[in-house]
Amino acid sequence: MRGHTAELEFLSPTTLDDALEHFARGAACSKPARAFAGGTDLMVQLGARPVDVSQGPFVNLSCLAELKTIDVREDAVVLGALTTYAQACAHPVVAAEFPALCLAARATGAPAIQNRGTFAGNIANSSPAADSPPVLMALDASYELTSARGRRFVHADAFHLGYKKTELAPDELLTRIFIPRRNSLETEWRMGYRKVGTRRAQAISKVAFAGALRTRGGMIIDVRLCYASIAPVPLRVRAVENFLRGKPTSASGTGATETDAQAAVALLRSLLCPIDDVRSTADYRKEIACRLLADFLLSESEERSPT
Amino acid sequence: MQVTQKARVAREGTEVGRDATRKEGAAKLRGEARYVDDVRLPNMIFGVTVRSQVPRGRLCGLTFPQDAGIPWEEFVVVTAADIPGRNAVPLLVDDQPFLAFNIVAHREEPLCLLAHANRALLERARDAVIAHIEPLPAVLTLDEALSGNEIISGSNNDLKSILMEKGDVEGAFSKAGSDPSLTLVEGSYETEAQEQLYIETNGMIASADASTGDVTVQGSMQCPYYIHGALMAAFGFQPGAEDSRARVIQCETGGGFGGKEEYPSLLAVHAALLARKAGRPVKMIYDRGEDMAATTKRHPSRTKHRTLVDGDGKLVAMDVEFWLDGGAYATLSAVVLSRGSLHASGPYECPNVRIRSRALATSHPPHGAFRGFGAPQSLFAIERHMDVVAKACALTPQELRQRNVLRRGSTTASGQKIKEDVALDVLMRMAHEDIRFDERAREYAAHNASPAGLRTRKGLGAATFFHGAGFTGSGEKNLASVAAVDIAPCGSLRILVASTEMGQGAHTILAQMAADAADTEVDAAFVATPDTAHVPDSGPTVASRTTMIVGGLVEKAARALRAELDAGGFLSAGTHADADSFRKAALAAAAQRNVAPEALRQECQYVPPSGLIWDDKTYRGDAYPTFAWACYAAAVSVDLLTYEVTVEAFSAVQDIGKVINPLFAAGQVEGGVVQAIGYALSEKVAWKNGVMSNARLTNYIIPTALDVPRISVRFFEHPKGTPEAQTPKGIGELPMDGVAPALAGALEDALGVSFTRIPILPEDIFQALQAKGNTP
Repeated sequence: MRGHTAELEFLSPTTLDDALEHFARGAACSKPARAFAGGTDLMVQLGARPVDVSQGPFVNLSCLAELKTIDVREDAVVLGALTTYAQACAHPVVAAEFPALCLAARATGAPAIQNRGTFAGNIANSSPAADSPPVLMALDASYELTSARGRRFVHADAFHLGYKKTELAPDELLTRIFIPRRNSLETEWRMGYRKVGTRRAQAISKVAFAGALRTRGGMIIDVRLCYASIAPVPLRVRAVENFLRGKPTSASGTGATETDAQAAVALLRSLLCPIDDVRSTADYRKEIACRLLADFLLSESEERSPT
Repeated sequence: MQVTQKARVAREGTEVGRDATRKEGAAKLRGEARYVDDVRLPNMIFGVTVRSQVPRGRLCGLTFPQDAGIPWEEFVVVTAADIPGRNAVPLLVDDQPFLAFNIVAHREEPLCLLAHANRALLERARDAVIAHIEPLPAVLTLDEALSGNEIISGSNNDLKSILMEKGDVEGAFSKAGSDPSLTLVEGSYETEAQEQLYIETNGMIASADASTGDVTVQGSMQCPYYIHGALMAAFGFQPGAEDSRARVIQCETGGGFGGKEEYPSLLAVHAALLARKAGRPVKMIYDRGEDMAATTKRHPSRTKHRTLVDGDGKLVAMDVEFWLDGGAYATLSAVVLSRGSLHASGPYECPNVRIRSRALATSHPPHGAFRGFGAPQSLFAIERHMDVVAKACALTPQELRQRNVLRRGSTTASGQKIKEDVALDVLMRMAHEDIRFDERAREYAAHNASPAGLRTRKGLGAATFFHGAGFTGSGEKNLASVAAVDIAPCGSLRILVASTEMGQGAHTILAQMAADAADTEVDAAFVATPDTAHVPDSGPTVASRTTMIVGGLVEKAARALRAELDAGGFLSAGTHADADSFRKAALAAAAQRNVAPEALRQECQYVPPSGLIWDDKTYRGDAYPTFAWACYAAAVSVDLLTYEVTVEAFSAVQDIGKVINPLFAAGQVEGGVVQAIGYALSEKVAWKNGVMSNARLTNYIIPTALDVPRISVRFFEHPKGTPEAQTPKGIGELPMDGVAPALAGALEDALGVSFTRIPILPEDIFQALQAKGNTP
């Protein structure tokens, strides 16, 4: 550990209002407070370099009971910010209605990480390789951002502004995740998820894909195609979605036609410019991103397991 | 864990051959085992290393800036000028300074040391030191070293070169053109660096006696006497007369794999220099990033093969060039090169062999010892090459090997006549049966041709190999190791050796061997903490030599001690003594003689077996006292969407002579196979400007439990009563050797493209298939 925790200012408020007060104060003096939920990302960062004492305090959220609930509402499942991957997977409604989210959760780290790490932390830390954002974007989730000033909602795909830049203002905390429930009559939604990591557990993705496709009467009426690790942000490729919307389905009715899938892949290929880094190469990422799309559009089965 | 070999039915009361319980196992499970970072001495402070951050240059000075907000006056600072003795790590060549004083030879070169009680402040101070280094051109690849454009070592960048010759290679190749029955096969093979990744990073605590200046170091290590020698040199103590002025004690050690063979000498001296100057104990523990970037790794290699084979598939001539990237200092490169060269022609007989080897200096942090020690590199090359030769001869890889493997009476490339019974053909058959090779081959062919073959491709591969047990050539003779036993205050047989337990089970195995030699139970024998103040120099814990060499010495000493107890009438000869009776008898013997129990001490020194002749100059003769033999087979499946590889099955069949503890032996093989799966399929050191840029557990990808299959481990048993059945051979390194070529062969079988370089990542498979038009 190069960052010694003894040097940290570590605040543990017991109510959300107190926590928001810390964030407001930090923002006011330009020393923004940093939220500490599961700590699974932050501890890695602390291990790598000395504590930057010019920054604001860590605000430990673990005592905030109001952020630990999973509410099942008629139109949405609402995950409190402290919901861990393991808790979400163990929840019967989440498991039944959002299996792709559970696949992403189970592909994150390994059980020890899944027991501590939170969706909200994964989102707010805003790594382009984060496992949760693509699937939440594909599920059309929204995030509740709360500050002493009030609350607002941001769509998952509008949250990420640039490399490690998000909609979160310095005084705001990501407090809840709203995932719309599928109308039980609309059975034609199909989800796909696949993480291609550096290994089968404890892996950061080289490419990850989450897709949602809705068909009715032999036509693709809606589609969301989202990726991790191929751009500076978790990416939703709207141009490809726009191309596919309104196209006829394949004969089986579950996906796109061969021709449309090929055209969608060609369009995607022209849009992507991933990078070479320590985990993979740009060429591989681009190719695999395209293949995952083709596989999803042409597949006749539901959610695929990660790796 | 799957142990296919049942514990042997041993004579009642014998310990060898049984799954004795790990001596330190309970303490480790309960968290009571004390690793160096668990040790806290009174008044202790912490130390860190300031490193060069430049791959090569001239060190002009260090500045401790006053405006950095660091209270420098509170710090203990050690530079090269503070070294009272020699500023060179004593090893084969004394070329590596403990602290740089003129030339910076790699990016992680230690420049100075800092100590302070506040670890957070220490980290800030480490970052604040300014090193003034005039950059010099660095040599960042093997090709740059070979080009000789920049000379950083000797006249041609060689740290060491070796020439081995058997028969007449030039003569044989000159006939290649005119004799149509001869086929010439060429190939070039490469392996990357590999990090040992012991779970416990390097760490030491040093203290110094304020009045005498004597130093004591405790920490994580494989070789206490290497460190002792380094302290003697650095502090200028007189060897012999002042041996007791430096003392080295091993703490519980969390893995080594060679990574704690020579490197800890550097860290121990650093901690001792700080402690002596501070007048307080100093603890230095590397974090993972520093440990991965700065300490030694496996040598990257390139091997070129030119092979002549006749119409019957018999090897006629082998011409091998073998190059290692040694890094910035010589460390152990010469002996790594030696072992690599001696394994470069594989376990095959060939009348004409030439092996030309070079270890080259580069500006990488020095490469060093790692499980296998040169053999995994050269064996990857020969085993891949044999698959290519087989194809050229239109033989199956198995058939080609069957026709050429060493047998009793064969002569190796160094001219060593194999006198032991070699059952490589049987091992090959066992491995093939174990993995159901032929059955799988049919299944896989059908799968690959079916629609499912559009999603995954499956393939099989195997490697046949050997590993020379113990030190190369005259190593053991020169070392002349000593082991001892005495009686502990409790009456138990205490084994006194410098051989360390680092997770491999050595201390349990030595106790098993000693117990049998003293005809008692394993509970009545234990290994004392390796402490140079109390144990003789039984040599370094390396080269798969502990069981075979040190175990033999311990047995002799224990047998002598038992004979003494028998002679005194405390036990009766030929009668098995349970633990309690043994302890009572030993204490009674001491009491009767009116001496402390430890006075009942027996020592034994290594005597080379007769008939072993080795010539270091010509590289001819008996390279190893014996060899372990093996055949490993692998089955893989490749996802054609992503090129992710699944190892579906793995069979490891070996002849390691007598198996002392079947459970530990199987564990060694399983662990080695897992480590080698990483070597072959995922572990890639990403070099950037002379340093590992992925020095993190998140980025340097070792396999997890989900990435490895069930590993089937089988040991070949020689007929009872034969010498081969009674002698243990080394096992530690063997499993590292044959995995990568078996996997590369299986991938080639699955995909129809040749892989000549490891690691083979999905990105590499993608590239290879793209070059071939994207279809397997």
